[in-house]
Amino acid sequence: MIKLLEAQGICKHFGGLQALTDVSLSINKGEIYGLIGPNGAGKTTFFNVLSGAYTPDAGEFVFAGSQLPYGEAHKIVERGIARTFQNIRLFRELTALENVMVGHHTRSHAGLFGILFQRKQVREEERLVTERAYELLKYVGIERFANTVSKNLSYGDQRRLEIARALATEPQLLALDEPAAGMNATETTHLRSLIETIRHDGVTVLLIEHDVKLVMGLCDRVAVLDFGKKLVEDVPAVVQRSAAVIEAYLGGAHAA
Amino acid sequence: METLLQQIINGLVVGSMYALVALGYTMVYGILGLINFAHGDILMIGALVALQAITFAQHTWPHLGALPTLAFGLVVAVPVSMLMGYVIERAAYRRLRNAPRLAPLITAIGVSFLLQTIAMIVWGRNYYSFPQLISTTPLQPVKGVYIAPVQIVILIVSAVLMAALIVLVNKTRIGRAMRATAENHRIASLMGVDANAIISLTFVIGSGLAAIAGVMIASNYGIAHSTMGTLPGLKAFTAAVLGGIGNLGGAMLGGILLGLVESIGAGYIEQFSFGFFNSSYQDIFAFVILGVVLVFRPTGLLGERVADRA
Amino acid sequence: MDELVRIVPYFGTHNPKVARAIVLALILVAPILALGIGPAWVRILDFALLYVMLAVGLNLVVGFAGLLDLGYIAFYAVGAYTWAFLASPHFGVHLPFWIVLPLGAGFAALAGVILGFPVLRLRGDYLAIVTLGFGEIVRIFMNNLNHPINITNGPQGINMLDSLHIFGWDVSRRIVITDSFSINSLLLYYYVFLAFVTLSVILVQRLQVSRIGRAWAAIRDDDLAAKAVGINVRNCKLLAFAMGATFGGVAGGLFGAFQGFVSPESFSLMESIIVLAMVVFGGMGNIGGVIIGALLLSWLPEVLRSYAVPMQTALFGQVLLDPEILRMLVYALALIFMMLLRPSGLMPAHSRYSRPDLVLANKRVGP
Repeated sequence: MIKLLEAQGICKHFGGLQALTDVSLSINKGEIYGLIGPNGAGKTTFFNVLSGAYTPDAGEFVFAGSQLPYGEAHKIVERGIARTFQNIRLFRELTALENVMVGHHTRSHAGLFGILFQRKQVREEERLVTERAYELLKYVGIERFANTVSKNLSYGDQRRLEIARALATEPQLLALDEPAAGMNATETTHLRSLIETIRHDGVTVLLIEHDVKLVMGLCDRVAVLDFGKKLVEDVPAVVQRSAAVIEAYLGGAHAA
Repeated sequence: METLLQQIINGLVVGSMYALVALGYTMVYGILGLINFAHGDILMIGALVALQAITFAQHTWPHLGALPTLAFGLVVAVPVSMLMGYVIERAAYRRLRNAPRLAPLITAIGVSFLLQTIAMIVWGRNYYSFPQLISTTPLQPVKGVYIAPVQIVILIVSAVLMAALIVLVNKTRIGRAMRATAENHRIASLMGVDANAIISLTFVIGSGLAAIAGVMIASNYGIAHSTMGTLPGLKAFTAAVLGGIGNLGGAMLGGILLGLVESIGAGYIEQFSFGFFNSSYQDIFAFVILGVVLVFRPTGLLGERVADRA
Repeated sequence: MDELVRIVPYFGTHNPKVARAIVLALILVAPILALGIGPAWVRILDFALLYVMLAVGLNLVVGFAGLLDLGYIAFYAVGAYTWAFLASPHFGVHLPFWIVLPLGAGFAALAGVILGFPVLRLRGDYLAIVTLGFGEIVRIFMNNLNHPINITNGPQGINMLDSLHIFGWDVSRRIVITDSFSINSLLLYYYVFLAFVTLSVILVQRLQVSRIGRAWAAIRDDDLAAKAVGINVRNCKLLAFAMGATFGGVAGGLFGAFQGFVSPESFSLMESIIVLAMVVFGGMGNIGGVIIGALLLSWLPEVLRSYAVPMQTALFGQVLLDPEILRMLVYALALIFMMLLRPSGLMPAHSRYSRPDLVLANKRVGP
């Protein structure tokens, strides 16, 4: 097993609230890794620290063999970590295709003068980016809406578009923040097969999810957070039987 | 020493006028998150309406005496400005409460422009001399330090008004509803507060204070004109930001501080810049302070609430 | 161009080619028609083109990148004063336009970066107020930098600026062909400005449909998400500010050359708001809309000026509303009513930051 991401002793507090306490976990290359926990357990905070939205108070991330920079979201994307948001955040006024094209930003190079003088490389790159973006829309199955302004897409399609946009950054690790939230059963099934395809195509997936059933069925390994601390990290079958997890989810009364 | 004392007095007088106007900005921003760009122009409307009323009174009742005449001016100007504030909120801002964030600000800029235009249509583009009903002849309480009766009145009236506003907001039912609305107007209305009425009331109170400040400014400098509101408006906004926008005490503190900085700064800038700058750069202080505070401490001196509407 | 074509009645939708020809012809003969009414109208057209350039530049900042800049006119001032310093008897320097214009643009861009660097992390409305403050600071300096060393000549401004000499050809002199036929210099300026405007529009359009233009739009729509796809938000905003300022600087230089004098009065807050009104009126983010907005809003007040005064004297025997007030009224109402009734402007922006039609022609792409 090759370790892709290792979190070492991540701490983060907001005022008096200790959101993350010494969280360490490791994600192997090629796996689907689940991060679960009750509401307010610190899952999204962990996500935001990882993706550079917040700077951790202590601890570090080692990604593909070297340390990740702190708090600079765009550099973390360049290193190969892409994310989606719990409450979908698309570029509302752009079309689906353009949203994905924006995703190619770090993997394309057109500079100011190249654009102003329409240099040949720039025109070529523009053509390539358009084509690749279209391919990605096809990959997630919404290519027929390529020219639809993204705010007009249905909820499920917006989720897919956000994943396509994240894939456009050519990540090694794709981090999905509650992708199934608000989806109906059919949409969840589609999402599940999409995530499996993504993994099959060589992208490691980190999945934060509320839907325990989805996580247990899909993930190779799962970590459980509660009150900002990691309780367990293991294969789903073990985690499901863990007394600590049952306590966290069902409350102290059931633990004994 | 006398110069410094003199500049402190001038600063306090100017600062208390800024503070009165700043209260209007801060109350509206606290509740709606809107920079009411037109607030400074309400001040101008207040001053010009008062001028009109005073001129009328002087012609109709020539023996009325100075103070009753001034009072008559205020009695007319304050309600007119309040009405103006109310109408602006109802007609323009209310529809935009859920619009993209730049829309209300752009509208406010348009309203500011419109108020100036209306003033120009009614009063033309001339500078009017404002009757100095309270004496502006300086007294000399300490040798070398001057203060005019009008300035004393300004200080007293502002202090009384600010105290009254603090009592209103902190000690009354209406005040509690205002604070609840500022916290979150949707939740406040779920709790049975008529948020729309409170927002209207906020505009009305703010506009009334601005009108009084407008009359003060006009009395102090002896002139009134259609664009007199712009600069005091911007400075008062700076004062509100300096103190911590959304915070009433902050607006007062910010106003006084800005007045002091301007007045003392203008007095010494020539000395400190080796003659390169002089007091004509006075207006720069406000803008520099505005930029510096927003960049380094956007919550201001007293503000603790981070008003981030991402 | 396509946006302009669409508004031509009938042909715009039925025969774009004809519509295109009509627009082109109109642009080319407009000043000649105007000259038929009177030279003042050509002058108005010349100024309208300068406003178009300003509006196109401001649109880049406000419409594309979503940064409300209320001090935009300061960059125009930087360009104009650069011309005044380097091409007038004031310092006795007379450099040619191909040095002064790029320098003015460069200084304006530099000013944009200097202003942008500290303030660009501010939220929308705070940014607006701080840029407004910047504009006022620049104006205060223009007004007062005549002491102790006379740099700007204070409120009087600087006179006798060199006119535009393009490689030995003085644009401000009429071309005399025969004794009875000569080409008015206002007409010549029109075509020179038209060339600059055309170039600006082409460049801005290239930026819009590019990696950079899409990054701007992304930041405008959601800057957190923009960071999350790897956009360096701070640098992109700075670039938008600098680019917008550059267009302002070039327009300022042309203004100085055309007008022949500059003074702080031309660069007041009101001017910033006028340009903003043009952008808002036409439709933020839409180049064609912004051009129409700028043309209409610089033309309409002049029409009012020339008709309202005689009309008022005829009806009331006196002038009740002087034309300057009418002009302000137009801008104020344009801002308010556009925001309340049609927030996306006269011609709403159709999302256009890519050209899938050129690339995916053979693929079925939905609506």
